[in-house]
Amino acid sequence: MEYTIFIVLLPMLMFLFLGLVGHKLKPIVAGTLGCCSLAIVTILSYITAWEYFTAPRNARGVYETITVFNVQWLHFTDTLHIDLGVLLDPISVMMLIVISTVSLMVHIYSLGYMHGEKGFQRYYAFLSLFTMSMLGLVVATNIFQMYLFWELVGVSSYLLIGFYYPRPAAVSASKKAFIVTRFADLGFLIGILIFGYYVGSYTFATVGASTGFASANIVGVAKVMLPLALGLMFIGGAGKSAMFPLHIWLPDAMEGPTPVSALIHAATMVVAGVYLVARMFPLFVVYAPDVLHIVAYVGVFTAFFAAAIACAQSDIKRVLAFSTISQIAFMMVAVGVCTRVGYGTEAFNEEGGLGFMASMFHLFTHAMFKACLFLCAGAIIHTIGSNEMKFMGGLRKYMPITHIAFLICCLAISGIPPFSGFFSKDEILTACFKFNPVIGWMMAAIAGMTAFYMFRLYYGIFWGKEAEHDHTPHEAPAAMTIPLIFLSAVTLVAGFIPFGHFISADGHEFTSHLEMSTAITSVAIAVFSIALATLFYAKEKQPIPDALGRKLKNLHTAAYHRFYIDEVYQFVTHKIIFGCIATPIAWFDHNVVDGFFNFLAWGTHETSFSIRGFQSGRVQQYTYVFLVGVLIIVVASLL
Amino acid sequence: MDITLQQVVFYVVAVLIMIFSVMTVTTKHMLRSATYLLIVLFSTAMLYFILDYTFLGAAQIIVYAGGIVVLYVFSILLTRSDKNLNAHLNKSKVAAAAITAIAGGAIMLFCILSHGFVAQVVPTGDDELSMEVIGQALMGGGKYQYLLPFEAVSMLLLACMIGGIVIARKK
Amino acid sequence: MDIHIEYYLIVSTVMLVAGIYGFLTRKNILAMLISVELILNATDINFAVFNRYLFPSHLEGHFFALFGIAIAAAETAVAIAIMINIYRNVSSIETKDIEEMKH
Repeated sequence: MEYTIFIVLLPMLMFLFLGLVGHKLKPIVAGTLGCCSLAIVTILSYITAWEYFTAPRNARGVYETITVFNVQWLHFTDTLHIDLGVLLDPISVMMLIVISTVSLMVHIYSLGYMHGEKGFQRYYAFLSLFTMSMLGLVVATNIFQMYLFWELVGVSSYLLIGFYYPRPAAVSASKKAFIVTRFADLGFLIGILIFGYYVGSYTFATVGASTGFASANIVGVAKVMLPLALGLMFIGGAGKSAMFPLHIWLPDAMEGPTPVSALIHAATMVVAGVYLVARMFPLFVVYAPDVLHIVAYVGVFTAFFAAAIACAQSDIKRVLAFSTISQIAFMMVAVGVCTRVGYGTEAFNEEGGLGFMASMFHLFTHAMFKACLFLCAGAIIHTIGSNEMKFMGGLRKYMPITHIAFLICCLAISGIPPFSGFFSKDEILTACFKFNPVIGWMMAAIAGMTAFYMFRLYYGIFWGKEAEHDHTPHEAPAAMTIPLIFLSAVTLVAGFIPFGHFISADGHEFTSHLEMSTAITSVAIAVFSIALATLFYAKEKQPIPDALGRKLKNLHTAAYHRFYIDEVYQFVTHKIIFGCIATPIAWFDHNVVDGFFNFLAWGTHETSFSIRGFQSGRVQQYTYVFLVGVLIIVVASLL
Repeated sequence: MDITLQQVVFYVVAVLIMIFSVMTVTTKHMLRSATYLLIVLFSTAMLYFILDYTFLGAAQIIVYAGGIVVLYVFSILLTRSDKNLNAHLNKSKVAAAAITAIAGGAIMLFCILSHGFVAQVVPTGDDELSMEVIGQALMGGGKYQYLLPFEAVSMLLLACMIGGIVIARKK
Repeated sequence: MDIHIEYYLIVSTVMLVAGIYGFLTRKNILAMLISVELILNATDINFAVFNRYLFPSHLEGHFFALFGIAIAAAETAVAIAIMINIYRNVSSIETKDIEEMKH
């Protein structure tokens, strides 16, 4: 398994190469190089997955956690050290597949989408950087390595969101993304430090943070501090995964190019938070179940909040962004509703631990169909030239491939069988109902809202009244449609993967079976929502939504403005932090600290001015001083 | 009264020196300052004669009074300066200089007078210094003899001659 | 021959003080140089007197004074040469006109 190091190394080398000499290459050469390296990475990931999952399970009945490569980087004590290495375990291998597949699709797609853009080579360099960071994050052997690559992912996101840097909106969006996630990462870092101090090790394999059983030697004070540490780490994850109230950066991050949105803000970076919780899952479920439930509640609220806002947006990328927030929240809820019921027995995977498998399954399927949705949106934006729904409508005649791909993915996200989304969402709902029926019904309702707004979007783009166009819209070029076809194909079949065989809460394989009651309920809600959306939005004239819009005008405006959370943040930062904290400190720094040094300089200046007279050039004055000095010495020696 | 001629001459010369040296530095005419200097130098030569250092006195007259004062007079005449040397003189500067100088002098007098010199008068039996002794000492290379300083001074004079010519020549 | 040694020393002290005063207060460079001559002269008298009264069999003071005269002459010559040069450049031999130093 030595070749797995190349999975991380190859994109890094490609980043360095394209970053340093890319601008000298022709754009198409740089793009092809990027795609080739990523194709190699994808093949390597598939080979790794194949070898890993076909290898026999170990004595405990779980897939062996393989540390392929581990280099000690910083040594604190014998047990506490920061390493860099590659760890293979079921969830990291699954993530390798997801990341490399989606990244390869985005690379190929960008050949067409970014054709002719200034900075084409820089774009591919940053894409390689991002891929490298994300791959490094998921194969991290210890928490600090994960943190390191976490930050790298944040940087790549900043660079890519701000890709169109001449536009001020893009610049401020990239800053916002970076600052909000960085702020959350403070919690992550404090959590890591507390964790390392009390538990005594950062390495995942030692603390039992890869799938398996949690380490039993966390006792005493560590046991008390561990929920705090894990809760703080979750805050970091919440920032990266755009949970309320740290979600504000994700809609603005849509200022970046659409393939970037597909890669980073739909499929990979935003799931880093979910991945973190999944990675620490054994510790969460044994030592900090309450924190896990807090994760679930935050997820439920975020899912509802984001779904409500998505119903009122007119920019197609914003709708997809809020949909992403909502779906990530689904994943967080899934892993958050896990309990210790059945822990240590065979039934854990079907009882308390079902949510873990559901969350990972949904991560996998969501990555595929959300990336596909974003890429379709990109194709539409590419041909229409604007993100707003009012410039679209009736596009099904002009863009058949995009239309079919979009429809498949919308059906998947709504949870209609046999598409993949149905299976994963069903698992989540089952887990929720096991935990608490209230949560279960709430999530089911939110799933219905999901179907509603996605089909509102679908009808708004592909049906309805056609808008005026300067030139007739055309289908996207082959480079862009091939990824769409591939991802839709995956969405069609992924639902049938027996996920429980590979990934489960305690590592043993199990076959999840469809619980009929939940399945029928969720399908019914989805079909009802789709019908509602069809009724409202499928025709050219839309009397019902217009009437509702007038009646519920305030609610609609609030939802359109994302419930004014951004304004609250602006208020807090400008009035409170800048006004009350930053300004006095700045005054202090400017007047007292600088003033002290200015005073020293002034003092020196004044002193030098006053003794300047000694160097007058008048010989008689020199003689006089000399004489006085001599007399003083004489008198002193006489006395 | 037991005053010898030598004492009378000494007192006259001493008074001359003291008065005229003060006048040298306080007069407002440049040329008068040089003249008073001349008188002071002559009086100093007289002092050397009283001390029986005839060669020194002669050298003093020849070099100092004859050479240096002439040099000064020539350069005074060659350069123009303020008619009144004492105009624009800062009162405070004068006062400070005077006080310092007089203080210095007072300290020196105190040191001299409180030292208690053992020999108060010229020891008897010593005649005037003969030229032969001076010549032998000046040209001799022995322990208390001054050949080396003599040659050094001649080098110095050569250097100063050359230096003077180089500095003051017309470009 | 009973002129006390102190009388000679008082005379030379007065000449010295006058020379110092003149050096500190005179505006004309030549006047300053004249004051320097006074100071040198005073020290020559001192040397001669000490030699005559305290060390009658030796000659150090005598020769020191002799060489002092020679050196004073040389120094005066060079000083006046310099002063002539200054006068050519600045057209003045006031001390206040040669105060400017290199920046």
